[in-house]
Amino acid sequence: MSPLDFNLNDYSEIPYAVYSDEDLYKKEQAQVFQGRTWNFLALEIELPKPGDFKTMFVGDTPVIVIRDSNGNINAMVNRCAHRGNLVCIEDHGNVEHLTCVYHNWTYDLEGNLSSIAFEKGIQGEGGMAADFDKSCHALEKLSVETHCGLVFGSFSENMPSLIEYFGPEMCRNIERLLGRKIELLGRFQHGLDGNWKLYMENVRDTYHASLLHSFMTTFRLNRLSMKGAVEVSEGGLHHLTYSIRTQDNDQGQYNAREIRASKDDYTLNSPELLESWPEFECGTTLAIQSLFPNFSIQQLSNVLTLRLIVPKGPHKSELTWWVLGAAEDTPEQRAMRIRQSNLIGPGGYIAMEDGAVVGWVQRGVKGAEKKKSVLAMGGRDIERKSNSRCNELAVRGFWQGWHNLLEG
Amino acid sequence: MPDILDPISVDPALLQRIDMLNRQYGHTIDEDLLEEWPKFFIEEARYMITTQQNYQANMPVGLILCENRGMMEDRVSALRIANLYEPHGYRHLIDLPIVISKSEQEIMAQTSFACFRTVQGSAPEIFCTGKYLDRIVDDGQFLQFKERVVVCDSERIDTLIVIPL
Repeated sequence: MSPLDFNLNDYSEIPYAVYSDEDLYKKEQAQVFQGRTWNFLALEIELPKPGDFKTMFVGDTPVIVIRDSNGNINAMVNRCAHRGNLVCIEDHGNVEHLTCVYHNWTYDLEGNLSSIAFEKGIQGEGGMAADFDKSCHALEKLSVETHCGLVFGSFSENMPSLIEYFGPEMCRNIERLLGRKIELLGRFQHGLDGNWKLYMENVRDTYHASLLHSFMTTFRLNRLSMKGAVEVSEGGLHHLTYSIRTQDNDQGQYNAREIRASKDDYTLNSPELLESWPEFECGTTLAIQSLFPNFSIQQLSNVLTLRLIVPKGPHKSELTWWVLGAAEDTPEQRAMRIRQSNLIGPGGYIAMEDGAVVGWVQRGVKGAEKKKSVLAMGGRDIERKSNSRCNELAVRGFWQGWHNLLEG
Repeated sequence: MPDILDPISVDPALLQRIDMLNRQYGHTIDEDLLEEWPKFFIEEARYMITTQQNYQANMPVGLILCENRGMMEDRVSALRIANLYEPHGYRHLIDLPIVISKSEQEIMAQTSFACFRTVQGSAPEIFCTGKYLDRIVDDGQFLQFKERVVVCDSERIDTLIVIPL
């Protein structure tokens, strides 16, 4: 059986081989990360000045993201066109041009090759071949677009615009959260012992949150009985779920005797950890959004985070967290965001279990490549929207989007 | 910086007391006496785990951030009751402290550490290396932390961090 032997009607059964198969991993690099997707690269505020750069990865490919002297942000593969050396060794910095240390090949901030050491040789001897044309040896460039301060890149030409790629429902949430001057409050790297898709499934899994995370359930940050919804974009690629904790229709479903995560005898000595303010008119207190393939935007009370999960082989991945505030925050609001950020990240009261469960599933499915998981909560269809978050439709949507890209 | 390089400026007895504080602190965590851990801090103390990159960039968000002893007690009760993770323990190796400054009100000290983590069924691994940046108060009898900022050398945390460093 091929790892891609899905039940093509509904994506409700997923072969476990998708988390470990080496050939599939290579195909995914080509068709997903190098394919027709917009990949998150950076926040504009990470590169405030001309010459500011950072390095990161799109799939396995090392990438430089840099602001040029016109203020535009460019992205190119971090690989010298000469012999393949990394052009930027540091993970961030500021440069006037990009110079490979190996043989001093130099590129401008758009990635064009501007000079080669000893191009004409020395004293008339040596030098590059007569037919060598510098203009044909730029760094490999990505298409770049930005929206609300988020920078995305694509290896694919002729992509739809970012706004078309995300669709209007997804854009509304991005604009709601990030359509203002934002500030970076912290950034963390988080190593996970599991396939990147396990983490993206987790991000899109509205069923698990109040069952796995005691902190979320006990302190009523999110329960499935609260008013909310889950939606996916056309073709399943992106998803958004949200809830409003002030509108809870709990009728005893979270009885502490039946639901492990619900603790009726657990309290905080310092409940100020959870102090929040109603930041948004819509009343949303939790919003989790994934933008295909591997990026997520999240609002949990007043904690605003971005997450990017980068594959590191089939069995490992690396998650980056960006914690954000708004420039308009009062000192009290800023302090609340900072305190609430104890909920997220590698040490987050709510997030830590997600990092662990990815590794547990990776171990659990070892040797079960031909067996399948079941994603039948909420039926087997991929509706565009459901008012019940007791539903795995967004996970099914992920597989639909992923599979369509892989089959190209 | 000259204070760091000038051993004469620091009373050896004080160094020894800070060293003992650090050893007892590490022992308390490594021996899973975590309910005692907040007692190393004064009531309105600040405890933060951050990374070298975030520390240098003055980023206010921590991997763990407690603004008083109650928040530290909550971290301990959460890891006992609320949070789920694979059983694991730490072994701290803590260097001798360097006293950076000393006033009537507080002592500022810096100490390097390495922390090994052993997850059930696995070999020990280096989980974290870094430094403690401390503001310590002395009531004449006991030393206690008014602030302990744990600065991890690496930006990267493996899987999760639930036990304090």
